[in-house]
Amino acid sequence: MCRGIKLLILSAVLAFPALTLAQPAAPDAPATQAQITALQQSVQAAQAASASAQSAGDNAWMLVSAALVLLMTGPGLALFYGGLVRKKNVLGTLMQSFSMIGIVTILWAVVGYSLAFGHGNSFIGGFEHLFLRGVGLAPNPDYAPTIPEQTYMIYQMMFAIITPALITGAFAERMKFSAMAIFLSLWSLFVYCPMAHMVWGIGGLLNAAGGRIPSLDFAGGTVVHITSGVSALVTCIYLGKRVGYPYTKMQPHSMVISFIGACLLWVGWFGFNAGSALGAGSLATSAFVNTHFAAAAAAVGWSIAEWIHNGKPTALGAISGAVAGLVAITPASGFVQPMSALAIGFIAGVFCFFMVFIVKSFFGYDDSLDAFGVHGAGGTMGALLTGIFATSVINPIFKNAAGKTLASGAVDGHWSQMLNQSAGVAISWSISIVGTLVLLFVVDKVVGLRLTPEQEAEGLDLSQHNEEGYDLNS
Amino acid sequence: MLKIEAILQPSKLDAVKDALLEASIEGMTILEARGHGRQKGHTEFYRGREYSVDLLPKIKIELVVTDDQKDKALQAIIGAARTGRIGDGKIFISHIDEAIRIRNDERGETAI
Repeated sequence: MCRGIKLLILSAVLAFPALTLAQPAAPDAPATQAQITALQQSVQAAQAASASAQSAGDNAWMLVSAALVLLMTGPGLALFYGGLVRKKNVLGTLMQSFSMIGIVTILWAVVGYSLAFGHGNSFIGGFEHLFLRGVGLAPNPDYAPTIPEQTYMIYQMMFAIITPALITGAFAERMKFSAMAIFLSLWSLFVYCPMAHMVWGIGGLLNAAGGRIPSLDFAGGTVVHITSGVSALVTCIYLGKRVGYPYTKMQPHSMVISFIGACLLWVGWFGFNAGSALGAGSLATSAFVNTHFAAAAAAVGWSIAEWIHNGKPTALGAISGAVAGLVAITPASGFVQPMSALAIGFIAGVFCFFMVFIVKSFFGYDDSLDAFGVHGAGGTMGALLTGIFATSVINPIFKNAAGKTLASGAVDGHWSQMLNQSAGVAISWSISIVGTLVLLFVVDKVVGLRLTPEQEAEGLDLSQHNEEGYDLNS
Repeated sequence: MLKIEAILQPSKLDAVKDALLEASIEGMTILEARGHGRQKGHTEFYRGREYSVDLLPKIKIELVVTDDQKDKALQAIIGAARTGRIGDGKIFISHIDEAIRIRNDERGETAI
C-alpha cells in the first residue's frame, strides 16, 4: 500500500517536467529561456556535487593514507627494529623512531614543507610556506587538485618522518640520543627536503612532470629508501662497528615483536604507495595491488634463497624479504602492471638476501638492522626496475606538448628512461653520501656521536633514558 | 643431611618431579639455569655468520634429604632423567650443616 502511493508520487514528480516542457513554448519566449537557465543551473549543481563527491572520496582516502604511513613509523618500524636489538637497547630503539615523529612534525610544519614543496629552483624550494603560510584548506592544483593542501602537506609529512627513522637501523645500539636527534633533524632539512623537491616539487630537476631529467618515482624509492639506505651505510661505517662485532652473538631479543612490526609496515605501506596516487581512483587500486603482490613475491623469494643457502627458511628472513619487496615496488607502484609487480618483488627478495648475507659479510660493515641491505639496495634495484617495467597503460605520466601520451619505460619501448632512472639513483646516492658525511662530522665535533664502551655495555635504555624496557618481575 | 643438586634437561623436569613425589620426597627447589658440559654446546647461524652457542637452557633441582632417603631420591632422579644420550645432566651431593623451618624454628632432620 505504502509502495503504491510512493510510486504514484514518483511518477507525478517525473511526469511534471515532461508535461510542462511538452507544451508549445513559442508564444512565451522568456519562459523557455527561464527553463533553459534552470536546466543549466541544475546541471552545474550536479557537476559540482559530483566533483565534491570525488573530492570527498579523495580526501577520505588521503587522510586514511596519512594515518597508515604514520602507523608505519609508530609502531611499525619502531617494533620491527625494536625486536631486532638486544633487550637492553629496546626502549632506546623505540625512542629513536618515536622522537622522529615529534621532531620532524615540528620541522616540517615550520620550514620543511616549504623547502620541499614551495617554489624555488630545480634543487630546493623556498620559504614561501614558512610556518605553513598559504597552506590552507583549498587545493593546490600543482600537486593534488581535489584535496585540501593541508591534507597533502600532512600526507607528505609522514614520509618526512619515516625516512630519517629508517636510518636508525644502521647505527642501532651505539649512538647517543642527543647526537641522533640533532643529526637526523639536520639530515631531514639538508638531504630529505632537497631530494623530495627534486623528485616531487614544482620545478624539481627529476620531476616526472616537467623536470629536466624526468624520473619515475611514484612513492619515494629514491627520495625515501635510497637516501635513507645509503645514508645508513655511510653512518654505520663512520661510527664503526658495535663492541664485540662480529664475534659476539647479538641476537634479536624478540622476533615476535619484529614480526608484528613487519606486518604493520606491510599494511601501512598501502597508504605509502596507494596514497601516492593522491586520490581514490583506479590509480590507487593499481598501486595497492602492486604493493601487495611485490611484498608477497619478495617474502617467497627471500625464503627460497635462504632455504637453499642456509638449509632453513627463518621468520626473520621472511619478514625481511617482505620489506625488501615493499621497498622495491615503492618507486614502481603506480606505473607497472600487476604481473610486473610480482617479478619486481621476487627479484628484490633474492637480491636483498644476497646483499645482506653475502655482500655484508664480505665487506664486514656493521649495518646492524640491514637498513642499507634492504632499503638502500632494494630502493636502488626498484628505481632501476621501474625504468624497465613502467607502462603508460597503467599511468600515462609522460605527455607531449599536444597532450598525446608517450611511452613510459622499457616495456613500452622507451629504453632511454633507464638513463633518467640511473640519473635519479646517482643523484640520490651522491646527496646522501655527501650530506651525511658533512653532518656526521659536524655533529661529532659538537656533541660526539657514539656511546662510550661502558654505556654500550650497559645499553641505550639505562644509559640514555634511565629506563628499562621490561621489568617482568615487578 | 645431604643436599642433592641435579642439573637436567628442561624436558625431563616433569618426569623427575613425579618420580620424586612417588618416592615420598616432598620438598624441592627448581631453578632455570644455563650451561654446558664437555661438549660446549653447538653452532648457530645468524645473518650469514656462524656463532657458537655454549649457554644451553637447563633445569636445576635442589633437594635436601635425610641420609636414608638418599638412595631413593637418587634412584628416582636417575630413573626418570636418563636417556643414555649426551646432555642427560649431572648430580652433585654435599653435606648440609643445619636445616631450619622458619615457621616454628624446628631444627635438624625434622625440619626437612
